[in-house]
Formats: sequence, C-alpha cells, structure tokens
Amino acid sequence: MNVLFYVAAAVAVICTFMVITNVNPVHALLYLIVSLLSVALIFFLLGAPFAAALEVIVYAGAIMVLFVFVVMMLNPEAHTIQSRKQLLRPRMWFGPAVLAAILLGELIYVLTTGSVSFPVNAGVGPHALSRALFGPYVLGVELASILLLAGLVGAYHLARPETPTAAEGDDR
Amino acid sequence: MISIPTAHALFLAGILFLLGLVGVMVRRNIIFILLGLEIMLNASGLAFIAAGFHWGRPDGQIMFLFILAMAAAEVSVGLALVLHLYHRIHTLDADQADRMRG
Repeated sequence: MNVLFYVAAAVAVICTFMVITNVNPVHALLYLIVSLLSVALIFFLLGAPFAAALEVIVYAGAIMVLFVFVVMMLNPEAHTIQSRKQLLRPRMWFGPAVLAAILLGELIYVLTTGSVSFPVNAGVGPHALSRALFGPYVLGVELASILLLAGLVGAYHLARPETPTAAEGDDR
Repeated sequence: MISIPTAHALFLAGILFLLGLVGVMVRRNIIFILLGLEIMLNASGLAFIAAGFHWGRPDGQIMFLFILAMAAAEVSVGLALVLHLYHRIHTLDADQADRMRG
C-alpha cells in the first residue's frame, strides 16, 4: 500500500509545480484539480475517508468552480474563439490527462484488490469524527458558521454592481 | 497492512506548502497568487490529517474541516476583490495596484 502513497505524492508535487509555472490560468486550474484529487487519495490512505470526500466535493468541486467562473468572467472577448480552438489541441490537455490516468489506475488497483475498506479500520471514520465535532468542538462549528456568513456578506458587498451613489459611500 | 511513515506525509505537506509559497512570491498575476494561497492551505490541512493519523485521533480531521470552511470564505471574498480590482485597473497584475485611491 505504500506504493500508492508515493505515486500519489509524486503526482501531487508534479501537478503543483505545473500550477505555479503555468501561464494560462485555465491550465493551471486543471493541474490544481488533479493535484487536489491526488491529495484526496492521500487523505484516504491516511485513514481519513470523510476528509477525502470533502476534499473532492468542496475543494476540487466548489472552490475550483469559483476560480473557473472568475477566470471565464475576466477573459477578454477577443481571445475567446482562439482559446477555444487551442483547447482542442492534444498538448493542452495531455499533461493533466496522463496524471489523472495515473490516479485512475490507482483507484482501479484498490478496487480490484478488494482492500478498499482498510483505511476505515486503520483510521477515524465519520462517526467518531462527528462525535468529536459536535462534542468538544461545537464552539468551533459555530465560529465557522459565523465566518462563512461573514464571507457571504463580504462577497456580496464587494461584487455588487457599482452605482454612483454606492461608489460615493464606498470611497469614504 | 498500511504503514505510511508520518514523517513522509509531513515532508510531502512541507513540499506542497513551499511550492505554494514560491507561487505566491514569484507570480504577479493575482489569480495565481490566490491559487498559491489555496495550495498552502491545502498543504497545512494535509499536515493536520497526517498528525491525526499518527495519533489515531479525530482532531486532525476536525482542524481540516475548519481549514476547509476558512478557505471557502477566503476564496469567495478574495475572488470578489479580484473582480473589483479588475473593474478598477483593468488588469490582473498585482504590481499595477500599488496606489490606494480614496
């Protein structure tokens, strides 16, 4: 099982290196999604299946979708058709596809060898996690909810369309 | 059956954190700076998960949940600031935003 960890770690490091050296934001986002998937696999191997699921759902799903939305909104109109043509070239998606295929191979290996339930025995499952989360850490849950509410209100305040009267109030 | 050394997991977390830090310090595109911040937060979450695995306690995963909530709030406000900045200075270069106005 250690081989799975080291292969996933290598994929994560390569993807992250490609993220910080890439020029195109969309390609960097693709590499970062693959990096987050490999980190989710590492979480699973480290006995944290719930955290692995949240990594895929929240990080690779929600947060990266926010980044993709912003990149698409900021894309100048003139380059849209050209970049769409470039996206169909093989060398644009070859790197993320190979690295994601490595992760898929690891997944198939884990599923076929029938050892899919080993981290649950070795680690902490969702039951013990939620018992601790809503027991001694319930104050942290409340603080996290307040933080998310503050993030919601702050994002709405910053991203609303700027009317002249609102701009006067903003400038202070 | 599974015996990943905790030091190796922490080593991986350190490498990812350093890569994110280099990304934040080297790149000047503000989208890439936010991506570097995400990489650093994710690496710190990996360190917490590895520590929780080492002691067999749920506390590491709970800290990861809090980091996740904090990253979600941070990225929503950060991207709203990016949109605001782009509408004001019409570029994503962070060095162009060196003057505060108002």
